[in-house]
Parts: sequence; structure tokens; C-alpha cells
Amino acid sequence: MMDAGIEDNSNHDFSGYDVRVTDAAQNGDTFVYVIKSQQISSDMEYRFEREFEDFEWLHHCLLTQEGVTGLHGIIFPPLPAKPGTSLSNSEAKTKKKIESLAMVDDWQMYCRALEEYLHLVTAHPVLVKNPAVHSFLKHREPPIKTKVKKGIFNKLTQAVEELRKEHHKDIDDFFQNERDSNLTLTAFTKAAAEKFLEIVLTEQKIAIACGHFSTALHLGIGQDDDPADYAFAKMCLKLSEVLDTVKKNFEKVAENDLNTLGFNLELHSRFQDAEKEMLFRRTCKLVDVETANKNLGQAKPHKKAAMEDIKKAADKEFDEISGMAKVEIQRYHRERVRAFQKALIELELAATCFCCSSTGWLSLNSHV
Amino acid sequence: MATEREPPPLGDAEQTDFRELEDGEDLFISTASTLESSPTSPEPASLPAEDICANSNGPQPAEISLDDDLEDLFAEATEEVSLDSPEREPILSDEPSPAITPVTPTALVTPRVEPKTIFVPAMFERSKEELEEEANGDSFDMEIVVSDPEKVGDGMNAYMAYKVTTKTSLTIFNENEFSVKRRFSDFLGLHSKLATKYMHIGYIVPPAPEKSIVGMTKVKVGKEDSSSTEFVEKRRAALERYLERTVKHPTLLHNPDVMQFLESSELPRAVSTQALSGAGILRMVNKAAEAVNKMTIKMNESDAWFEEKQQQFENLDQQLRKLHTSVESLVCHRKELSVNTAAFAKSAAMLGNSEDHTALSRALSQLAEVEEKIDQLHQEQAYADFYLFAELLSDYVRLLTAVKGVFDQRMKTWQKWQDAQAMLQKKREAESKLQFANKPDKLQQAKDEIREWEGKVQQGERDFEQISKTIRKEVGRFEKERVRDFKAVIIKYLESLVQTQQQLIKYWEAFLPEAKAIA
Repeated sequence: MMDAGIEDNSNHDFSGYDVRVTDAAQNGDTFVYVIKSQQISSDMEYRFEREFEDFEWLHHCLLTQEGVTGLHGIIFPPLPAKPGTSLSNSEAKTKKKIESLAMVDDWQMYCRALEEYLHLVTAHPVLVKNPAVHSFLKHREPPIKTKVKKGIFNKLTQAVEELRKEHHKDIDDFFQNERDSNLTLTAFTKAAAEKFLEIVLTEQKIAIACGHFSTALHLGIGQDDDPADYAFAKMCLKLSEVLDTVKKNFEKVAENDLNTLGFNLELHSRFQDAEKEMLFRRTCKLVDVETANKNLGQAKPHKKAAMEDIKKAADKEFDEISGMAKVEIQRYHRERVRAFQKALIELELAATCFCCSSTGWLSLNSHV
Repeated sequence: MATEREPPPLGDAEQTDFRELEDGEDLFISTASTLESSPTSPEPASLPAEDICANSNGPQPAEISLDDDLEDLFAEATEEVSLDSPEREPILSDEPSPAITPVTPTALVTPRVEPKTIFVPAMFERSKEELEEEANGDSFDMEIVVSDPEKVGDGMNAYMAYKVTTKTSLTIFNENEFSVKRRFSDFLGLHSKLATKYMHIGYIVPPAPEKSIVGMTKVKVGKEDSSSTEFVEKRRAALERYLERTVKHPTLLHNPDVMQFLESSELPRAVSTQALSGAGILRMVNKAAEAVNKMTIKMNESDAWFEEKQQQFENLDQQLRKLHTSVESLVCHRKELSVNTAAFAKSAAMLGNSEDHTALSRALSQLAEVEEKIDQLHQEQAYADFYLFAELLSDYVRLLTAVKGVFDQRMKTWQKWQDAQAMLQKKREAESKLQFANKPDKLQQAKDEIREWEGKVQQGERDFEQISKTIRKEVGRFEKERVRDFKAVIIKYLESLVQTQQQLIKYWEAFLPEAKAIA
């Protein structure tokens, strides 16, 4: 996603940030994340620690910010799932697989996911203005949190009524198309992310198996006096060396896959969900508008004025949301494509690099 | 036996080895570059040939003297190897190369094994390529191919028939190229005959591939899935290896049963090889009895060599089994990776199709294609090589059983000899008793019996010495073969690794422009 540094905001208070989540440490029961942030405009560097709850609080603040036009039209950057959570709904298994990307005993990946979240937030022209962002990124002490209420923004609960609203026909072709394509794209991105993760896991397994094979080859290499045994032992050692290289290669490949396309696919399947949520909010608003219109039509004369007001308010909100949504959608797609490209190029470059280096090594070292 | 080749002095042999060392390095890099230019021809056939042929150019003089005293020959050979081995990369370069003697049928017709002939068959192995290298084109080669598995019949009586094609220029056969149809039980029958004939005199008879009731039932029932095709392919390859090993052994090659197996179109069906037949059950009972006997024989080992070797083989057996387990798990994961890559390729293709942005869509479809090709690559090359390893290891585990069997036979022979001696002693005692009892007719009988048993004792001793000699030879052969076989597989594997990597590079490089063209 876009670098946090590049910003077109003229307001110097909300200039871009350079944020890094450098480490994760265990503090009793919880994990803390070490964050380094620096505002581009100044030289001040801040270092502080945050827990996952602080991130959740930040997210909540973003979602409930007051006074922002068309807030509900924003595609909110998705927060990575809490580490160690086990989801209980039916999507749990799929989601778990994808989220286990973050939990593949690899805190680096998770830190990177959090870092990406902060990048996305600070890169967003509207969200970065939220004072909660400031307090998150500049103050040593974590912000004071109140109990976070889980609204419909947090998880896409599939209540029957909501399901009905989700399929509500749109009045605008652009949005209808977007909703349709979002549906398919979400499913496919999730599937691709999952399958890719399987590849990574298998690659890791192969690396381990190579290691075992390599170790097994060292067995029984003792007596050198028998010429056949000696020859055999030498071959085994050579093969063992080769296998070690193969193992390292697989490890690197797995890591690279995870860091490039794996990360990208995982992030975007969550982002697709975020877009879906936004579209849903808008659809809900659309339903409200249509309901208000209907009520106005059916209202008794003494209630007409009140209904008129409700309708006007609903219309206004809907227009604001739609306006913001349109901008967001275009921005989202632009960024998505760019990120994909970056990931694919990185994947390719690293893959080629590994292949070249291992070919070189093998060619030089292969004669038995 | 005349040698048609004057062995070069040792100095030359060294030079050859030196060249071979450099060649080894260059060979690979040159292979790498040739592979780059011709990606579609993954034929690394030249590589192992050159490697090993270089060896054959440097036969050690000791070998060629064709001493009739086998022991000395062997001792010299061993010395040669250990002297040079630390400096040389592959032990094989120092290995006493086989005597380059033309095989004359008359010399080999005798069932008694002549010492010299043992070393000849090593040539069979890389026969085709070596042939090209040899200056005077001494032609004995033998190539056996097992192919075209065909299901014959239906239901539970169905069986697989394999085509066995032999290409040879050996004069012991009627033609140069001939093929026959054989079924699995025919192979088992052949092995059974050879084992009965040769194992008790100390020859290591290569074991036949294993029976598999589950596998065969699937085939019989007509299950046309990948596991049954895999099973048939595995079996076909195993049968081929079995025949190759058998004919590499000079004595076995000239055995009439073997020749008949390869040549004659009709073969009497070997019924006694069926698992649940009367003969089969008898076999099992015998095996059990043998095992018990083995435990009760306490041999006075006069020759430490045998004890050492037995221990060594015990260790080797364990090592090989462990390796086999590791390789099997690797094969399993490779298969998994292949499956997963294919699944992802499909996913990526679907993602590409649903993507509105055209360039990204194209790139994703391209990615899908790359992944698919990679999947094919994984399947064909790397997987096959681990599979090669696994099969080789299991072959050798079974061969070691045959080796152990031969050692056991020696013990039995010794036991027989001892028993004969004990019997002779008894007869002698009986005779002296009779002498005092003065019964002339019984005395004569006793004397006859003594003579008879003296003969048996002598025969027993001869047998024991003969089997000991044979075993030493056989073990030597086995050791060389083992090193050769493993080296060949390892080389193949390494080559394919290089190839795989190069192919991967090609695929990924082709993908880069698509990725760059996205935005």
C-alpha cells in the first residue's frame, strides 16, 4: 500500500508518518508491540509500546469518528485478527487458515501486518486526521480506552434481515456492479490466499524432511577402512551437503512466498471484506432512504413534515456516503492493483534469484 | 585368456584419473550450459557415462595378470583402492577395472565358476556408453527392457503381462534382439530356481520384486486410477532392475534357466510361486525351521573377515532402512506440493478471470500458468528422483537379506562338514569296537562306511572352502555394485536438481514482463 510518507495534505499537523512495528515481546499474558514512529515533517522520533487492545481502540475510534461527512462510505483498513483467537462461527476454519498466516510461529509476519495497518490508516486522507491516530502514534502512554461496543461495523453478522438487505437491488449501476464483483472477488481472493498458504506450509514441510534425510545420511559413517564403505560414506556426505542446500532453498522460497504474495493475498482478502462492509452500510442506508420515501408517501398529513425531515436527512446521508464511497472505491482499486503488482514482481525476483544461486552452487559442487 | 588390450602403466591411469577429476567439474557446468540452450531435451545420459567410462580406461595391471589364485587377486585389488582413495574424488576411479577379456562361450559353459569371469560382468552395466568409449570396440553388451504392461484376462484370474526385450551381441544367445511376454509369477519362478541352485554354494542371487496382494487386486478388479497405474509402473521398473542385476552376474547369466526366460516364447507356468499354494506354505515352514537352526549353530569362525563383514552388513542394513524412511517422507511431501501447486494455479486462474483490471487479470492468469508448469516440473523431475532413491534403497535392503542368506549358507555348510566329521569319528569308533569283537563281514562294512564318510568329510571341507571363496568374491562384487548403483542415482538426482532450477528460472523470467506490465 501507499507509503505513509507520501501525502497531499496541506495541513502540517496531519502530515505523513513513517511507522514501523519493530518487535513483539511477551509481557505476562499479553504481547506488546514495539513501535517506532516519526512524522515526516519533524525529526522527532517516538518509540513506544502498544498492546493489541490499543489497536482495537484506535480502530473503534476511526469507525465512530464524529463530524466526518460520509464516514460510512470509507473502506476502513482491516485490522489483523487478534493473535490466538479462535473464531466460533462457521467461517472459523477458513479464516483461521488465513489468519494463521499471522500465527505461523512468525511474529515478524504479524508485526508486519500491524505495521501495514498503521500505514494504511496514516495514508488515508480522512482517517489520518482523527485525533486518536495522533494520540496513538505520538504519546508514550497508551490512550485511555472505554469499553468497545461491538456494532455491526466490527463483524459481518449474518442475521436474516441483514442478509435480505445485502441483496437489495441498487439504484446505481456503478454500485451494483461493484457489489457483484466484490462478492466474487472476495471468494476467489480468499480461496487463492488459502491455497497459497498451503503451498507455503508444504514447502516448509519439505525443508524439514530434507533436513531429516540429510541427518540420516550421516548415520553409520564411521569406519573408513573398508573401501566400499568409505566410498559410500563419501557419497552420503556429499548428498547430505546437497540436501542441506535444497533445504535452505526451500526455506527461503517459503519465506519469500509468505512475505510477498502470501502477505498480499491475505491482506486483500481482509480488505475485500472491509469493502463489502462498506457497501453493505451504504445499502442499508439505501434501504433507509427507500423506507423513508415510502413512509412519506403513506404518512398522514400531520406527520408529513416530520417524515419529510427524515427523508431529507436520509437522502443527504446517502448522498454523502455514496460520494465518499465512489472515491474510496476508485482509490482502493488503484492501490490494490499496485500492491498486487509489487507483490508479484517481488515474488518473481526473489524466486529467480534463489534459482540462480542454487543452480550456481549445484553446478560447482555436484561432482560426486 | 588373451587380453586384447595392453593395460597402460600405472602412471597413465593416474593421468586418466586426473583428467576425470577435472572433467567431473567441467562436465556439470558444461551440462548446465548445454541444458540452457536446449531446455526441451533433458537427456543427461552422457554424463554418468563419461564419468564412469573414464574409470574403465585405467585398468590396474594387477587385474589383467589373470592369476588363477583368486585370493591374491582380491587382496591386490583392495590394496590398490585404499592407497589412492584419499586423493581421488570418486573411489571408482581407482577401482580395479574389469578385465577386458572377450567372453568366449566355451570358457563359461562349465558350471564351476572360474575366478576370472567374476570381473567381466561389470562391463555390462554401463555397456552402451562404455562401448562407444572403448577403443577396440570389444562387444559384449546386454540391454534388458521391461515394458508394455498389458492386462490379460478378467476378474480375479487376470494378470499383467510384461514384454521383456533383450538386446545383446553376446554369442550365447541365438539372436541379437528378441522379446518375450512374461508375467510376474514367471519372474518369481526364475528367482526360485536360481536361489535353489546357487544360494547354497554362496552366490548372492538378486531377490525378485515383492508380491503385493493389495496392489494386484486393484489391478485385477480394474480400478483405473492413478494408484494402480503407479503400482504397475513401480512393478515394471522393479522387474527391469531385477533382470538387469541378474544378468550382471556372469554365472547367473549363463544359467540355462535365465537364458530360457529371456529367449523362449513359451514358459511353463510357475505355479509353486503362488502365495497361498502348497509350495508357498511349505516355503514358509522351511523358512521358520531355518531361522531356528540358525540360532543353534555356533560356528568356530576361523576367518575374521566373515565376522567383520557380517557386522558391516548389519550396520548397512540399518542405515539403509532409516534412509528409506526419510526418503519416503520426502516423496510424500513432494507429491503434496505438486497437488497444492496445481490447486493454487486453478485458484489464481479464477481470480484472474474475475478481475476487471485487464493487465492484472492477464498477469494473474500468467501466474496461474507458471504455477501449473512448476507443478508439472515438480512431478516429473524431483519427485521421480526421490522415487528412484526410495526404490534403490528398498532394493538394497532386500539384497542385503540375500547376502545374509549366503552367510547363513556358509554356516550350514560348515555345520554339515562338522557333522560329517562327527559321523566319521563314530564310524571309526564302531570299527575299532568291531575289530575286538572279531566279526569279519561287519568289519568290512564298517571299513566301507569309514571310507564313505572320509570322502564325505573331505567333500564337506572342500565345500566349505569353496563357499567361503565364492562368498568373498561375491561380496567384493556386491560392494562394487553398491557403490556404483548409488553413485549413479546420486548423479542423476543432482543433474535433475540443476535442471529443475534452470527450468524454474526460465518460467519465472517469462513471467516478469507480465508482472511489470500491470500498472
